Amino acid sequence: MSAPTVKEVLFNPVFKNNPIGLQILGICSALAVTSNLKTAVVMSIALTLVTACSNLFISMIRHQIPSSIRMIVQMVIIASLVIVVDQILKAYAFTLAKQLSVFVGLIITNCIVMGRAEAFAMQNPPMLSFFDGIGNGLGYSAMLLTLGVIRELFGAGKLFGIEIFQLAKDGGWYVPNGLLLLPPSAFFLIGLIIWGLRSWRTEQVEEPAFKMAPQVSEQEAY
Amino acid sequence: MEHYISLFVRSVFIENMALAFFLGMCTFIAISKKVETAIGLGIAVIVVQTITVPANNLIYTWLLRDGALAWAGLPDVDLSFLGLLSYIGVIAAIVQILEMLLDKFVPSLYNALGVFLPLITVNCAIMAGSLFMVERDYNLAESTVYGIGSGASWALAIALLAGIREKLKYSDVPEGLQGLGITFITIGLMSLGFMSFSGVQL
Repeated sequence: MSAPTVKEVLFNPVFKNNPIGLQILGICSALAVTSNLKTAVVMSIALTLVTACSNLFISMIRHQIPSSIRMIVQMVIIASLVIVVDQILKAYAFTLAKQLSVFVGLIITNCIVMGRAEAFAMQNPPMLSFFDGIGNGLGYSAMLLTLGVIRELFGAGKLFGIEIFQLAKDGGWYVPNGLLLLPPSAFFLIGLIIWGLRSWRTEQVEEPAFKMAPQVSEQEAY
Repeated sequence: MEHYISLFVRSVFIENMALAFFLGMCTFIAISKKVETAIGLGIAVIVVQTITVPANNLIYTWLLRDGALAWAGLPDVDLSFLGLLSYIGVIAAIVQILEMLLDKFVPSLYNALGVFLPLITVNCAIMAGSLFMVERDYNLAESTVYGIGSGASWALAIALLAGIREKLKYSDVPEGLQGLGITFITIGLMSLGFMSFSGVQL
């Protein structure tokens, strides 16, 4: 296998190997922060930065880390980066930090960060790892922003808190679909997005565990 | 007493870790193909959660909180920014210790839970339990109850999902939805069901 190029590591995760759609990584926060676009954007930026930087730092010291304690070393690096992000958010965007509540802290246990550190940064040089982090962050952001736009636009008729559809209760025409702001809708939407993605790129379809027997013809059945 | 029962019921049904807060989703989806393994992981989560939430509560109250170091003669020190690092450290350490203890003293349980224990360190539900505990200012007793409750809520959800998925694999699902897609939709429906508990008060 030849070494991956920068372009590959940067753009593959967006559609071809989306961390949420295909690798089932980092779903927890994807669902919880997407009920409005603002938190989704902040979360995407935070996660992309943390993944990129942690990949960079872990890759720089990858030859020095003894493999028996690598988990703890990775964890400490990631946790320190998240603390920095958390403190910055608390200092400059306090209300937003309150809205995101525990989910900034949960970037530590977000499987994307750990997964990329373990799978990519431990084997590849620093710059490439950095771009891999950005790429995966972009894949995650793409999913998060799509969800955020759909949920806020159709659930509340707004984007970034600015009214787009005039609501029926203020004399407009749009009756908001409140279900979209509730947790279950996020699951449905992700399910549907995965369906769309897989109908487009059919190589991602999973094999069923059991195949249905071909239809028995009517004559045989009776 | 009533307060604690109410807290327990709330953390299991209304604020279900997996279905209302989407926590621990990665393992939730990856390990829910068979009921037995799902229950094994669920029990491991309850055990770890019951230990780590109170342990982190002690650390927060006596070491990290603003003015918590007054007993050491340092009343002005606020170490709460070290929270994230300490909680994850405590969780990793406790999981490691638990693994060694089980291996030494209860090998049968170790064989049943062993493979799941390392997974638990990176399970967001565990970390979130500690973070919610800090955010909501629980005391030691409350955080113990909350630990048991939130662990149980996660275990309940994963056992239910595994039951559904075991039946679901015989069904004829459209091609693109196969596997991950239909699982998400199933979880969505379950979460819709659990929403009917909201507003239940004791």
